[in-house]
Amino acid sequence: MKCFIGIDLGSTTTKAVVMDEFREVLGRGITNSRSNYDTAAAVAKQEAFIDTRFTLLEREIAKIPDAAAKMKILLADLERNFRKTQFLEQLKDLEETCISNIAGARFAGVEDQVREIMLAIFKDIADAAHEIYGPNAERKSDFFRDVAGSRFMRVAEDMAKEAGISYELLMNVYDKAIIDVENRPPEGDLRGKFHLGLEFLMMENPNIDVDKEALRDAVNATLDIELEETYVVGTGYGRVRLPFPKEHIRSEILCHGMGAHIMFNGTRTVLDIGGQDTKGIQIDENGVVKNFQMNDRCAAGCGRYLGYIADEMNIGLHELGPIAMKAKKVPRINSTCTVFAGAELRDRLALGESRADILAGLHRSIMLRAMSIIARSGGITDEFTFTGGVANNESAVDELKKLVQANYGDVTMNISTESIYTGALGGASFAHRAVMG
Amino acid sequence: MTTEKKAPVDLSKDVQKDASQLLQKEMIRGNYERLAQAEENHKEKVVYTFVPGNLNELVMCFDVVGNYPEINALQSAMQKKTGAYVMEAERAGQDEDVCTYVKADLGMMRKGNIGPAGKKLADPDLLLLSYTGCFTFMKWFELLRHEYKCDTTMLHVPYQGDGEITQSMRDYVVKQLKEEVIPALERTSGVKFDIDRLREHLRESAKAEDKLVQVLESAKLKPSPIDSYFGGLYYVGPTFSAFRGTPECTAYYDALWDEVNERIQKGQGPVTPEGVMTEEKYRLVVEGPLNYTHMREFWKMFYDEGAVVVASSYTKVGGNYEQGFRHDPDNPLESLADYCLGCYTNLNLPSRTKMLENYLNDYEADGLLINSIKSCNSFSAGQLLMMNEIEKRTGKPAAFVETDLVDPRYFSPSNVKNRLESYFQMVDQKRSAA
Repeated sequence: MKCFIGIDLGSTTTKAVVMDEFREVLGRGITNSRSNYDTAAAVAKQEAFIDTRFTLLEREIAKIPDAAAKMKILLADLERNFRKTQFLEQLKDLEETCISNIAGARFAGVEDQVREIMLAIFKDIADAAHEIYGPNAERKSDFFRDVAGSRFMRVAEDMAKEAGISYELLMNVYDKAIIDVENRPPEGDLRGKFHLGLEFLMMENPNIDVDKEALRDAVNATLDIELEETYVVGTGYGRVRLPFPKEHIRSEILCHGMGAHIMFNGTRTVLDIGGQDTKGIQIDENGVVKNFQMNDRCAAGCGRYLGYIADEMNIGLHELGPIAMKAKKVPRINSTCTVFAGAELRDRLALGESRADILAGLHRSIMLRAMSIIARSGGITDEFTFTGGVANNESAVDELKKLVQANYGDVTMNISTESIYTGALGGASFAHRAVMG
Repeated sequence: MTTEKKAPVDLSKDVQKDASQLLQKEMIRGNYERLAQAEENHKEKVVYTFVPGNLNELVMCFDVVGNYPEINALQSAMQKKTGAYVMEAERAGQDEDVCTYVKADLGMMRKGNIGPAGKKLADPDLLLLSYTGCFTFMKWFELLRHEYKCDTTMLHVPYQGDGEITQSMRDYVVKQLKEEVIPALERTSGVKFDIDRLREHLRESAKAEDKLVQVLESAKLKPSPIDSYFGGLYYVGPTFSAFRGTPECTAYYDALWDEVNERIQKGQGPVTPEGVMTEEKYRLVVEGPLNYTHMREFWKMFYDEGAVVVASSYTKVGGNYEQGFRHDPDNPLESLADYCLGCYTNLNLPSRTKMLENYLNDYEADGLLINSIKSCNSFSAGQLLMMNEIEKRTGKPAAFVETDLVDPRYFSPSNVKNRLESYFQMVDQKRSAA
């Protein structure tokens, strides 16, 4: 089957979208961009194809009597177990890489001890995989680095203390190995992983009332479909690094404009806030860009700014929005310069202001900057679509809504749960157009 | 890549230069040598003055040598020296937001005033400020006056606030030339003013100006044989500085026209540092100054995409000749006044907007690009308004990039490239939708 792929290589994450010849989105994939864009693009594409298989599987399962009603649970369980299988495969790779790195003068006299501790740590993580990928488990991130890393750090700290070995020594081994492992995309043995995931699912649900053979056949039928990479379009911050010919590369401004148009047909103004860029884009009724403005080389007020603030406060990026929503008042933060805002943040904390209030002020300040960029691009024309990673931050959205209302009155504001994929979606659409016209 | 030479290039080497470019280089070297000699033997008096509104023909009547601080700054920037100069000026208390031409000059001065040719430049005997709309120039010379404690004279050129030159404005400038500027030059040089000498220089100027206009207007052809922004910088060089009004300047334009005409006959595009452009995909009008710290890198972003600048406002800062103005030997002081009054920096926003709109139409351009320099307020204030208005009037797409004149810290290649590529693709998208 023909597949049209868009890859959006962002400074923080890399996203991919697979579209079929009827312009229907079949799959989406995301990974952290690392410092290796080639790998990030390959992994995001692989993830989007895995997601595509799940979409196709859904169509196959729908054909099995009694299964359709349980579709949601079946697919969710299968995907979760598939992820667990994938995680265990990468964990094995990480373990072997760590063990092979225990060599050299730094380990003189403690080699065996470190090796033993390392094996124990990895056994602990592997044992915990069932819990990490349990039916009701919540994961703050799905990226292997985050899942494996947070558990590794916790276990290594305890074990190092117990054994009287330097924690830093263990972390050095890990840090070196994770870079290598991340740059080796998981192997493609999809059939094996799908079936193993299915076996896990059946073990978890021994009394499942669906024809198991039919499920296995559905998986096989799905995997038998040949997915042809008909045309790939790359976009985003790192697009020039993509190993594509020039005609396969599109500006993210055009891709975000087109992606927003596909998601919300009535869109005329787009605000995209990504890791390094804030863009205000005006599009016409066909998704064609009429005008755009973006920040200059300074990434103040972009996603990275929030990441920096999260680091300063020693909290996760995803926690910023919820904390800010608890604010009682919104103080005026004077600077969107990352460095100055960091200093102002510490000053305000020292003066006893609440974290929630300060964070609300910071969210407001980045939105004020975004409003200025939108104004420069031509203002907001109904409908208005907000895209990019920052659109997932509820406090940012809240502040934006207030500012839009105050400056432009009643405007329909669209935010998709899939907004992070907007650029990749636009890319896939351009890929489709390149072949299908 | 749309030039004849396809292999990857080392941006620091392999520059292709026309004969006219080499001729100009020799002229500039000669002037720097005079400035160095003036420092060593004090035989010639030295006048510092600026490009917009420069009175080169008049200055030459007094056998003094002219020094142009902005030219020094841009030449130093091309030699990658201005980063250190700007930081030196900031260490001395100049703010980050101050015009970087000023800081490059002050920094160079603090580091011994070694000019772009590697020799110490002579101190000024006279600071001649012809004020044509840039307030910063006035402050700049104030700083230099404080440093050099030399004679200073200012020609106040009225701003074209209502978009026209009136007789009273012209008379006001001529009066100052007679009562302030000429006496100051006589005082400095000890040479008596001779109006016939001025007429002779003006006659040479007009010849060069005719040829310059011929060159600039050749960009109306398709493909354009010239680039009017990056290449344009070289083309305007002699008329914008210490050479306008000299026979060597006229000879330069004769040589330049021969080269351009040859390309026209062959149906060729402009010469870039990597050879002759083979495909013209986009025709642009550019508003705003150039970036000199990364000029080749910046230019490459255009010619790699097949983009040619067919008209630019920056090539009008030191004289606006396309509407018919020429220095006039029969009305010497009046024509100097008209020249100053007509410089691009002295035009109001509606006039600038109209001029750019005309360029878009007359040169059949695909769109407008603005290179905005934050520290250059005389250019950047109002640029967005102009952009929106021109878009509205012409229906042609416009875009905005931000760089700096001579501060290397303000050139972000990936950001500029991203915007340019987006813009070119936007033009494509509009074409295919049409």
